[in-house]
Amino acid sequence: MIMGISRAIFTYLIFPGIAFSFFMGGIGWWLERKLSARFQYRVGPPWYQTFLDLAKLFIKETTIPTGAVKTLFVISPLISFSATAMFSAIVAQGYFFQKNAVADVIVLLYLLIIPSLFIILGAFSSRNALALVGAARETKLMLAYEFVFIISLIIVIIKSGGSILLSDIIRYQAQNGMHLKSASGFIAITLSIFYIQAKLGIVPFDMAEADQEIMAGTMIEYSGPLLGFFRASKTLLYFSLPLFIITLLGVVPGDTLPAKILFVALEYLIVILIISIIKNINPRARIKDALSFFWFFLSPLGIIGILLALKGM
Amino acid sequence: MGLKEKILTKSLWVFHLSVGSCNNCDIEILDCLTPRFDIERLGMQLIGSVRHADVILVTGALNKKSTPILKNIYAQAPKPCFVVAIGTCPCSRHMFKDSYNTISALDEVMPVDLYIPGCPPKPEAIIAGLAKLIKKVTRK
Repeated sequence: MIMGISRAIFTYLIFPGIAFSFFMGGIGWWLERKLSARFQYRVGPPWYQTFLDLAKLFIKETTIPTGAVKTLFVISPLISFSATAMFSAIVAQGYFFQKNAVADVIVLLYLLIIPSLFIILGAFSSRNALALVGAARETKLMLAYEFVFIISLIIVIIKSGGSILLSDIIRYQAQNGMHLKSASGFIAITLSIFYIQAKLGIVPFDMAEADQEIMAGTMIEYSGPLLGFFRASKTLLYFSLPLFIITLLGVVPGDTLPAKILFVALEYLIVILIISIIKNINPRARIKDALSFFWFFLSPLGIIGILLALKGM
Repeated sequence: MGLKEKILTKSLWVFHLSVGSCNNCDIEILDCLTPRFDIERLGMQLIGSVRHADVILVTGALNKKSTPILKNIYAQAPKPCFVVAIGTCPCSRHMFKDSYNTISALDEVMPVDLYIPGCPPKPEAIIAGLAKLIKKVTRK
């Protein structure tokens, strides 16, 4: 009994859970920065830079602006971090130990919405005009990308026989090959990669945190540990979001742990590479362009994907 | 040398503040981020908001209008935060010394950690200056 509990705590906190996701996320974020640097013929930061940045934020002073809604301002980063920690623990559990994958896709979807929601609430509570602009942009962007991601989830659910359980989706792919190989699966991964890009605020869709025009937008009033919690949740998402997409669409048949780690590392590297290529060949889009891209280009594509999935292609 | 200073100096986030410069020093600061110099390899990043800043780079000659804004911005920065005077203007008021509008040099308004003179200073000089700042902080 005690063995079981301590093992459960270990799996949730350390190995495929929070600490592992955090480490991999930090590496992924660094890789994205390093690749961008290499694209521009620069040297780029050392591999531990993400962790150093975080550690530094936790030794800095916290400032709370006068006139801010204090409770909401302080609590937003903490809730955002705890939701992402829960999300990454569940997803990593599900991928590495299939029998522990208890959650369904709907739970994971709303756990994913919580961080963006509290970024918006934190920005609104900070009483800064530029933060309001950033929050308004993030809200509009959320309307765009969440819709597209729900479409790609529907494709995955149709393809794995109508089940919304993560374990069923994994089992279905382990038996019948990954969804990625079919036409509708390919459409779903295309939508998902743009979703990752927008969710993490990477360049074509970073208008909510645009450094040059609205001075870090939603993050403008956050400093020290509070900003650290936001960045820590982003670090976690850097790994667990691609892992979630891989779990939904690209599970390779095979049960041994080393093979799984190898394949997830390979697929993760490919996702990061695609993300940084998109980042480096695009300027920041206007909010109107981003919305019309998601709604009038990707959504019809997704609906075609749903029709293909219903046909079994 | 403490662990705190070591961590702090390896990820200095730089906030760039012009208090009335001729834009020349600002261009030289941006040059530090280009492929040839690339200060991101030292962990430095140009960031948008003072709330995230570890270093405030001040360029230009202070005047009556910008001094209160500068004081306000310095008060908003979370401590520990270093102030670097870039160019001869904030160091010593340069040729605007006798101007009716330029009332003081930067170090009469707030504590300055590092002076980088030059009109404008080369990117090499700015990087050498930042290396000196790191040395100064970690030795303290």
